[in-house]
Amino acid sequence: MKIYELNASEIHKGLRHKDFSAREVAQAHLYRIEQTDKDLKAFVTVTTEQALRAADAVDAKMSRGEELHPLSGIPVAVKDNMCTTGVKTTCSSKMLESFVPPYTATVVNKLEQAGAVVLGKTNLDEFAMGSSTENSAFFTTRNPYDLERVPGGSSGGSAVAVAAGQAVIALGSDTGGSIRQPAAFCGIVGVKPTYSLVSRYGLVAFASSLDQVGPFARTVSDAAWALEALAGHDPLDSTSVPNAPVDWSQPLDKGIRGLKVGVPREYFADGMEPAVVKSVREAIKVFECLGAEISEISLPHTSYALPTYYIIAPAEASSNLARFDGVRYGFRAEGATNQEELISLSRSQGFGPEVKRRIMLGTYALSNGYYDAYYGKAQKVRSLIKQDFDNAFSQVDIILSPTSPTTAFKVGARVNDPLSMYMADLCTFAVNLAGIPALSLNCGFVEGLPVGLQLMGKAFSEMMLLQAAFAYEQTVKLPQLPVFKGGLPNV
Amino acid sequence: MYETAIGMEVHLELCTRSKVFCGCSTNYGGAPNSQACPVCLGLPGSLPVLNKRAVEFAIKASLALNCEVAPETKFDRKNYFYPDLVKGYQISQYDKPIGRNGYIEFEVEGVTRRVGIRRVHLEEDTGKSFHDVAAERTYLDFNRSGVPLIEIVTEPDIRSSAEAKSYLEALREIMEYIEVSDCRIEEGSMRCEANISIRPTGSSDYGILNEIKNIGSLRGVQRALEYEIKRQTELVSSGGIVLRQTRRWNESELKTEVMRTKEEAHDYRYFPEPDLVQLVIDNSWLNKCRSEIPELPRARRERYVRELGITPYDAEELVADRALAQYFEGVARLGTEPKLAANWLLSDLRRELNQASLAIEQVKLREAGFSELMVLVSSGAIGSKTAKDILGELVHSGVSPAAYVKEKGLAQLSDTSEIEKFVEQAIADSPKIVADYRVGKERALTALVGVVMKLSRGKAKPELVNDLLTQKLNKGRL
Ligand SMILES: [Zn+2]
Repeated sequence: MKIYELNASEIHKGLRHKDFSAREVAQAHLYRIEQTDKDLKAFVTVTTEQALRAADAVDAKMSRGEELHPLSGIPVAVKDNMCTTGVKTTCSSKMLESFVPPYTATVVNKLEQAGAVVLGKTNLDEFAMGSSTENSAFFTTRNPYDLERVPGGSSGGSAVAVAAGQAVIALGSDTGGSIRQPAAFCGIVGVKPTYSLVSRYGLVAFASSLDQVGPFARTVSDAAWALEALAGHDPLDSTSVPNAPVDWSQPLDKGIRGLKVGVPREYFADGMEPAVVKSVREAIKVFECLGAEISEISLPHTSYALPTYYIIAPAEASSNLARFDGVRYGFRAEGATNQEELISLSRSQGFGPEVKRRIMLGTYALSNGYYDAYYGKAQKVRSLIKQDFDNAFSQVDIILSPTSPTTAFKVGARVNDPLSMYMADLCTFAVNLAGIPALSLNCGFVEGLPVGLQLMGKAFSEMMLLQAAFAYEQTVKLPQLPVFKGGLPNV
Repeated sequence: MYETAIGMEVHLELCTRSKVFCGCSTNYGGAPNSQACPVCLGLPGSLPVLNKRAVEFAIKASLALNCEVAPETKFDRKNYFYPDLVKGYQISQYDKPIGRNGYIEFEVEGVTRRVGIRRVHLEEDTGKSFHDVAAERTYLDFNRSGVPLIEIVTEPDIRSSAEAKSYLEALREIMEYIEVSDCRIEEGSMRCEANISIRPTGSSDYGILNEIKNIGSLRGVQRALEYEIKRQTELVSSGGIVLRQTRRWNESELKTEVMRTKEEAHDYRYFPEPDLVQLVIDNSWLNKCRSEIPELPRARRERYVRELGITPYDAEELVADRALAQYFEGVARLGTEPKLAANWLLSDLRRELNQASLAIEQVKLREAGFSELMVLVSSGAIGSKTAKDILGELVHSGVSPAAYVKEKGLAQLSDTSEIEKFVEQAIADSPKIVADYRVGKERALTALVGVVMKLSRGKAKPELVNDLLTQKLNKGRL
């Protein structure tokens, strides 16, 4: 076994047994990045020095005989829309290409406090708007299972870093599927926590009422460790909940005998790739074999999730991104002759086309005379979507569905067709609108490409989702790392 | 004939110690951008955390203006671009202000006026731009960014520029009284805008509204409104039409000028602020705020006149200074005759304070001591001149007036036999004055009293001196 193939619990064990040092673990992953990232392009910034320093701190702690947190010495990658003191936070946008924040996001702080070793910042669709990382202003990240294909998005860089063994755990943010969909495309575990469970302080906002930070990992157990470290009230985020009712002490291997599993018929309808549906149906059979009670359910407002999302998210984004005006920091256009021109030129030149498209959509939806017809109505539909889930969870414990209608598509295939790009998140929007938790994990392969299975639960049922995912993972035992196509060295 | 309908919009900076959504200080005078953090600089990823104290100030302001306080409210984003607006939006309140449907009462030329308060809401201040015209540069200071403001909007119930001024004075008095804002219009902690329209007298519809901004003083408010009433009246009576505009008061040219027309009006795209949760104001919180509101100035003045027998003028003077009024009440509560106390406070004590540049709170002579001094005066134990002479010393030292008088031997001489000796000596020493008196020059008596006072080193009780002198001098005539 090479070091980069180990998961967090294995590294933790290895550190404690002195099989290797935290520095060696960090170096192994940094080397892995060096070897593979020319092709994968997962990282925007690699923070080698800081990483080695953090690793040394863990080694020093160990040599003093201090107790290690399960994340101590674990190499992690951070999506480049989370602020890191002294390290560029670009959001993969020309607008913030040279922005160095003077403060660190709470989630990154928490990982660092636990002793995790941050290796760098990962690529994303500009300001987390997209499903393929093709909207990055810098470069497109490639899927490790097929370099011709996208890794999904917007947290594509983080998903790839974990899938390819560049990092053990990574942070993503999920506004409409940006953790789960790339997790599905890259064959790993990605968790979108209950809204308010994890602090958003320091996460550059896309749509504040939908955004949540969550972990990527190759195993359910690693994801659980990471999520526990991230969760918790943050006085700096008024929307983060004090005393969230999640019992982290419950065992992951509790089993799922008697678990009531709902299968919503709307998620298996037209537009889903048959091979994906087949894989998911097989996964559901595994759940049944493990003792779960499967029943078909209905979430009648599912088809409204996409249009609702594409009003609420752009509306909030249009306001959240108004601060990027070229006045105080970030990109500033040359040649402006007055204030209005400075703002307008900087924004015209600093934002990419998808970001502009959403700002315009959102601005329109909030405009005088259109508010009721768009934003107001979308909020009403949002509560109907929530109600769908409330009704469903009065009958079942968790809901299973595909994470995305297809497997990873080819780079360039959808860039000129925004609507087909938006469809990639068809199965994930509703969860954000309802504020509930969901995770995606690999449930097999179609033509060598991973298929994602989505587990949804009621608010704060993270433990139940992780237990269910764990039971499935331990039963099917799918491979965790890809065998790279296209000549990528498997060092 | 036309009548005027004026509504006022006033922004007040709340005097909380920290800003409304972060912990930065609200102090004036810091070096530019020395009181700014990621939150009030609107850096990406930063989030607002509501300052409870600012909410309490807004609640108190609402209660003092007789408003209904919303049991559940929220914040909204007001979106617009401006270099001193760090986030591209201001966190404000749109459709659920903390206070609504209130009123304020005040006197204009002896007549009580009531003006409706439409709403009181809480929001954040922006930064400040400084334009260096010569260098063609603009500098931005964000020390004010995120300082809490309340906006108070009246109904269009104000009928004249004088009324507008009285409204602002009454509002300022209340807000200072409840200590939510220092209301300094010149320093920008109180900012006024007016909406004004005219209509034919008796008409029930309002005319076309014009908004007047940039008014930097109370006198400016009055002048700007006078100018605007005249402008609109002349326009309409000559057959013209008032256009809906936002106008700016030009203080140097004493006129209003067009800032924006209706077509250029902003669309602020208000929507609920998703970074803050719903704000619930329950009864216990409301009652706590209510209990912190002192008796308001208008009620206090009426009580002083009605119950304490103070003249309306003195009541006005006392109440105008909340700390002085508080002191006065303390003195009156200790049994001092209110009228006597008011006289002394407003003339002699105030003079001492002015001379020493002291605030009443800093004076060492507290309510009990002052009350003791009043007892010494009203019982005749010391003369009022003595009391005036020692007041300065008492204010600074804080020693008990009775002890001080005793120690310095300043007690008034009211023993007739003692005074008689001085009287006899004065008559003996001043034959010329006595002669004047005898030929009928009545003013000579005053001069003789002066001589006696001098001999007694001011301690003789003047009434007794007067009586004894008259007796002695007239005895000789008999
Ligand atoms: Zn601040």
